[in-house]
Amino acid sequence: MSKIRYSRRSLLKTGAAAFAASTLPAPMIWAQEIKDITLRQFGTGVSNLNEVATKVKEDLGFTLEMTALDSDSVTQRAATQPDSFDIADIEYWICKKVWPTGNLQAMDTSKIKNYDKIVGIFRDGKLTPESTIAQGTAPHSVGFTSGPGGKDFVAEESGWMTLIPTIYNADTLGIRPDLIGRPIESWAELLNPEFKGKASILDISSIGIMDMAMVCEAMGEISYADKGNMTKEEIDKTIGIFTEAKKAGQFRAFWKSFDESVNLMASGEVVIQSMWSPAITAVKSRGIPCVYQPLKEGYRSWGGGIGLSANLSGMALDAAYEYINWYLSGWVGGFLMRQGYYSAVPETSKEFMSADEWGYWFEGKAAAGDITNPFGDKLAGAGDTRDGGSFYDRMGAVACWNAVMDENQYMVRKWNEFIAA
Amino acid sequence: MAALSKANILKSNNLTGWLLAAPLALVLALFLILPICLIVVVSFWQATEFSIIPAFSFENYEFLFGSSVTYTVFLNTFKYAAITWAITLVIGFTIAYYLAFHIRSQTWQTVFFLLCTVPFWTSNIIRMISWIPFLGRNGIANSALLSWGVIDEPLEWLLFSDFAVILAFVHLYTLFMVVPIFNTMMRIDRSLLEAANDAGATGFQTLTNVIIPLCKPGIMIGSIFVLTLVMGDFITVRLMSGSQSANVGRLISNDIALLQYPSASATAVILLITVLLMISALLRLVDIRKEL
Repeated sequence: MSKIRYSRRSLLKTGAAAFAASTLPAPMIWAQEIKDITLRQFGTGVSNLNEVATKVKEDLGFTLEMTALDSDSVTQRAATQPDSFDIADIEYWICKKVWPTGNLQAMDTSKIKNYDKIVGIFRDGKLTPESTIAQGTAPHSVGFTSGPGGKDFVAEESGWMTLIPTIYNADTLGIRPDLIGRPIESWAELLNPEFKGKASILDISSIGIMDMAMVCEAMGEISYADKGNMTKEEIDKTIGIFTEAKKAGQFRAFWKSFDESVNLMASGEVVIQSMWSPAITAVKSRGIPCVYQPLKEGYRSWGGGIGLSANLSGMALDAAYEYINWYLSGWVGGFLMRQGYYSAVPETSKEFMSADEWGYWFEGKAAAGDITNPFGDKLAGAGDTRDGGSFYDRMGAVACWNAVMDENQYMVRKWNEFIAA
Repeated sequence: MAALSKANILKSNNLTGWLLAAPLALVLALFLILPICLIVVVSFWQATEFSIIPAFSFENYEFLFGSSVTYTVFLNTFKYAAITWAITLVIGFTIAYYLAFHIRSQTWQTVFFLLCTVPFWTSNIIRMISWIPFLGRNGIANSALLSWGVIDEPLEWLLFSDFAVILAFVHLYTLFMVVPIFNTMMRIDRSLLEAANDAGATGFQTLTNVIIPLCKPGIMIGSIFVLTLVMGDFITVRLMSGSQSANVGRLISNDIALLQYPSASATAVILLITVLLMISALLRLVDIRKEL
């Protein structure tokens, strides 16, 4: 720390050209000092991958310490222990809760090299100029703040970002096509009596309630002003419909962890359920047919990003910006996209994927050969196409973003009643 | 004079008694009494989504007693406890009786007793989870029954049901019934049984008039074990019911997951009081200390 300040100051003192100070010696000093920097990142398991930390050490030279927690603990930690982290890897709906505490600092978009290439969803909210913006906590609505030190959210691209988007995807229902034997097209099928005792939903209230809302709306029972911010009446009615279905024996079980959802599906206990993309992959890798079924009402989507702790400053802050620029430069994007997620700057990721992988994951084309994930497991063979098609087909059909409601506590209590009913 | 009184003090039964009891008292105070006091204190606090605020408010209790869910869930917990208790008692008593009175050689008694503990060599959760593939729709139980022609369609209620929950409880906790009952049975004076026989009592009369009354302390200790374990459980209910049923433990664990520690504490306090009341009622029936 001290070295760089001292050398900069002395250079200025001796009247050396500003040109020399800013370009030539700085990278050399940077290279010496950066090895001592450790950034502490924490977040949910999805993108907190050790491979990323290893690659950071290799490419950037500094150390990234990763801690993976569940989303409740992540929220609590970001809100209450700002000293315990440098970089928070959180979802946008968590940002809505955490940002007002002032524990994160706004990021200057002029320092983000690939800012202009970031997908529209995270900037003006629109994937393409014609897109309509989905309900819920849309990332762009909590993506910008008024300036350094701002604790509010602003609608326009203000040049100060709250989170740099890193990873996102569109979720839908998973089905066992071999056990259902007919096309599934609507969320309403989750409560179809045909699947009595063979359906499941996840027992995580904040996400489960959204899936419920998608179903109730598809059934034509309720039309929501905003599924991501329901009124008490809407919550009552939604939970009421599902409680009735539960009592009638519609559900085989509820799942709380990733593995449970995989086992329920793989064992055939459940043929239709809310599911996450990697869980589908896990079922398929056991040789069991499983489809991430695109539905006509659209997807429930989620997005995550990295935020900087308010305590970061000086060299560590520079390193953090370096890390963010590196994050968006393509390697991580390729790594994540080859697992079925999307990167915030897809075009840089393209360079880190084979043409076939890019075609399969992003463009929705049929694979020419085997498609493997970064860990070498085969996910698809020649001729297979991705469920739901291309990036624009999938992300263009988002009906709702994961959200946190104003009536969150009420909803949680109602959710407990649903489980106990 | 001074030396004498010092020796006296050390010799005094009172002081040595206190000193001997002190280590245990200290451990209990630190690791049992203090945490419980903290739980009670926190149960009066308030919580927002991110933080807990020291306060003295009855809000948590008001919500707890004002919600119909609480009553349903407590009722459900009692139901699990009662059914599990009844089944483990019958099975536990039978096993203990067989071990104590039908196996004559002490070696075989030890061997069989150890056999009973074999399942305890693996973790609680693994023993529970191993039921899931067994009872599932396409599990071993259903495929066996189907191939024998006993049923035409897989039985759905085998897994993710109250049946599955109670099955797992019985499997997990029967040994807690066997051990204390076996222990009291082994201390029954065999000449009493002979006397009963000589007096013309049938086997059943001996059982009801001699053995059961003498086994009361064992039955009571086993019952306390089983009841407290079942009342406090949350993971068995979650896994075996496929998250579809709730007991008090699950209410508490849900609250903790949502960072509602005060409300979790309030529920825990009520659960603790309920269990203490149950145990004190049981202890009224038998004076365990006298009988031991």
